[in-house]
Amino acid sequence: MKTFPVGGVHPPENKLTAAIAIQHLPLPASVAIPVSQHIGEPAAVIVNKGDRVKTGQMIAQSKGFVSSNIHSSVSGTVNKIDTVIDTTGFRQTAVFIDTEGDEWIETIDRSDETPVEVILSPEEIVKKCLESGIVGLGGATFPSHVKLTVPAGKRCDTLIINGAECEPYLTSDHRLMLEKGKEILIGTTILMKALKVSKAIIGIENNKTHAIDHLTRLSSEFQGITVYPLKVKYPQGAEKQLIKALINREVPSGRLPLDVNTIVHNVGTAFAVYEAVQKNKPLFERVVTITGKSLLKPGNYFVRTGTPVRSLIDAAGGLPEDTGKVVSGGPMMGKALPNIDVPVVKGTSGIVLIPRSESERMEIQPCIRCAKCVSACALNLEPYLLMTLSEKGEFERAERERITDCMECGSCSYTCPAGRPLLDYIRLGKSTVIKMARKRVSN
Amino acid sequence: MSNLLNVSLSPHIHGKETTQKLMFGVIAALIPVFLTSVFFFGYGALIVTATSVASCLLFEYLIVKFIFRKPVTITDGSALVTGLLLAFNLPSNIPVIIIVIGSLISIAVAKMTFGGLGNNPFNPALVGRVFMLISFPVQMTTWPVPAGLGTGYADAVTGATPLAIIKEGIKNGEPISQLMSQIPTPAQMFLGDMGGSMGEVAAFALLLGFIWLLFRKIITWHIPVSIVVTILAFTAVLWAVNPEKYANPLFHILAGGVLLGAIFMATDYVTSPMNPKAMLIYGCGIGMLTVIIRVWGAYPEGVSFAILIMNAFVPLMNAYIKPKRFGEEVKNG
Repeated sequence: MKTFPVGGVHPPENKLTAAIAIQHLPLPASVAIPVSQHIGEPAAVIVNKGDRVKTGQMIAQSKGFVSSNIHSSVSGTVNKIDTVIDTTGFRQTAVFIDTEGDEWIETIDRSDETPVEVILSPEEIVKKCLESGIVGLGGATFPSHVKLTVPAGKRCDTLIINGAECEPYLTSDHRLMLEKGKEILIGTTILMKALKVSKAIIGIENNKTHAIDHLTRLSSEFQGITVYPLKVKYPQGAEKQLIKALINREVPSGRLPLDVNTIVHNVGTAFAVYEAVQKNKPLFERVVTITGKSLLKPGNYFVRTGTPVRSLIDAAGGLPEDTGKVVSGGPMMGKALPNIDVPVVKGTSGIVLIPRSESERMEIQPCIRCAKCVSACALNLEPYLLMTLSEKGEFERAERERITDCMECGSCSYTCPAGRPLLDYIRLGKSTVIKMARKRVSN
Repeated sequence: MSNLLNVSLSPHIHGKETTQKLMFGVIAALIPVFLTSVFFFGYGALIVTATSVASCLLFEYLIVKFIFRKPVTITDGSALVTGLLLAFNLPSNIPVIIIVIGSLISIAVAKMTFGGLGNNPFNPALVGRVFMLISFPVQMTTWPVPAGLGTGYADAVTGATPLAIIKEGIKNGEPISQLMSQIPTPAQMFLGDMGGSMGEVAAFALLLGFIWLLFRKIITWHIPVSIVVTILAFTAVLWAVNPEKYANPLFHILAGGVLLGAIFMATDYVTSPMNPKAMLIYGCGIGMLTVIIRVWGAYPEGVSFAILIMNAFVPLMNAYIKPKRFGEEVKNG
């Protein structure tokens, strides 16, 4: 079975919610919709306090090419435009809307039909993704219309659909593949058409055999789509690792998948693209896994953006007393939330509640030079060395040792028997090196 | 507020491995070796092991507590491993006072002067052993022959090791074919029925430990395999040139400390290289030096010296032998 060749770890899977069907989370009384739910320029608010908005109506418009539109996820009245603490822990502008009913904009096709035939032209598809505020739903939230616009001189011959879901606990992609398999395949066909490629590969880790079987069966009706099972190993869902695993192409250091004629989209994105193109539905809700060992009723929910994490936790049976940490995203790469009033955004794939006993870090011990971090690194870097260099401020050498290649997957810190904060220091070194490099360019 | 959330950077979960668990994993791997040494050398093996372990722990405790004035670290298991490995590198009838001196050198000089666990460039147990070998050459090379469980400590019957027999014989111009009658058969050597250090004689016990270390993912195959393969290849060439002057490859592997050294001493985390490519070169170097010392050197055995010499090259290897980074060369398939 396919997998990436170097490094990787096997954290306990803990997919507690794999068998729980996706439900619709009841609408919250109010939402706070941040204007920056994507990589790039924040969108510009186009509504005012007191405005009545409908579900799906655009409330903030993208600014520049790498940016994304933001749509209202509920119908109601704009209460205020203020700041909110988002998943990163920083404050940013958000549109606060008090929910009144659930009146959708008329253009959205809310019928049960699943139109297969793609009528739009490639250019129209890209335009539709831009209008609908589609961003990568795997977590990076890179605006999809940018990824679908292949720059002059580049060529794409393979589309990879990422269904690896290698993070422990998370099952949102898994459930989506099981319950919206056909829609994902139509979405994949749309992406293929937009990119003008004839070949798409869906990579799914082998702990999701039902999803593999389901999509394999369905894919026989679609031209050019193949489903490949992958050996379970973290970080398989990382773009470069997935490309290496599936088609054995190695994205050069500091370059993009397009440099090896490949583009990767997440299964969730494929679904969102389907909804935008075939059903005219902008991106204002997504599947979120709410999970944790002490949680009463963990589950998977369709959640409107801007919904406070608190509503999700309440639906899952309330915040367990022993909660030590609330993570947005998976436990390997997710962000610890400062409070539970943070709104769910386009990139929120899951909320993981970590019990207090597991939420504290180990005491830091001396490095015993066991080299486990070196064998865990999927990029074949030397984390122990990068940490030491960052600690000592030897950033020039850290740059030569390719600290900027690090994708921050956390395998080194996860595996270190001495509990050393390898990735913390590597982040410090990496950001310093990037600043140094920028300075060099501007000089 | 008692229910404040922890906020820290990812990853938010940690693997189950700890330094202490790794060290106790190594100790578990040494159990077969310990049992066979008691089986062959009797009470002596118990006394030597107990003395070495106790004094290593004591010296570490005293140094950390009264000189470093830091929280005591002996529970991490590393001093225990050093104590066991030092004992297994000694003859079973060595006087207690010499063991205590060796332990002091291992812990105080080889480990603690550099700052303790993780900082020492040379394998502590081997530094202790080599110090003892040079300072007490007679006691360190008087090898009890295996006489079973009931053997006493001081009254053990001694004899030469197979390596010493060959070395001495060749020096006196005797052809190997005539010396072979004096050394144990390969089967005896595999089981451990020969003179030598307590822990080095029984190849099967060492191999059991090796399997456990691999299974438990404590070490990788690179260092032990590269050492053994290098010794096999090097001695095979010599043997093919002149079988009367050079012993056969199997003899070189089974006699003496190659397996103990390759599996337990050269793989010491702190003093071995940090990536597979460097590990292979390191192992190859140890293999070459071992054969050179054994065949042309003054000592019949060279594993300890070979490992210590290669220890010295480890920082250099870590600095200049790099793993091939992902995406370093474009390779499309």
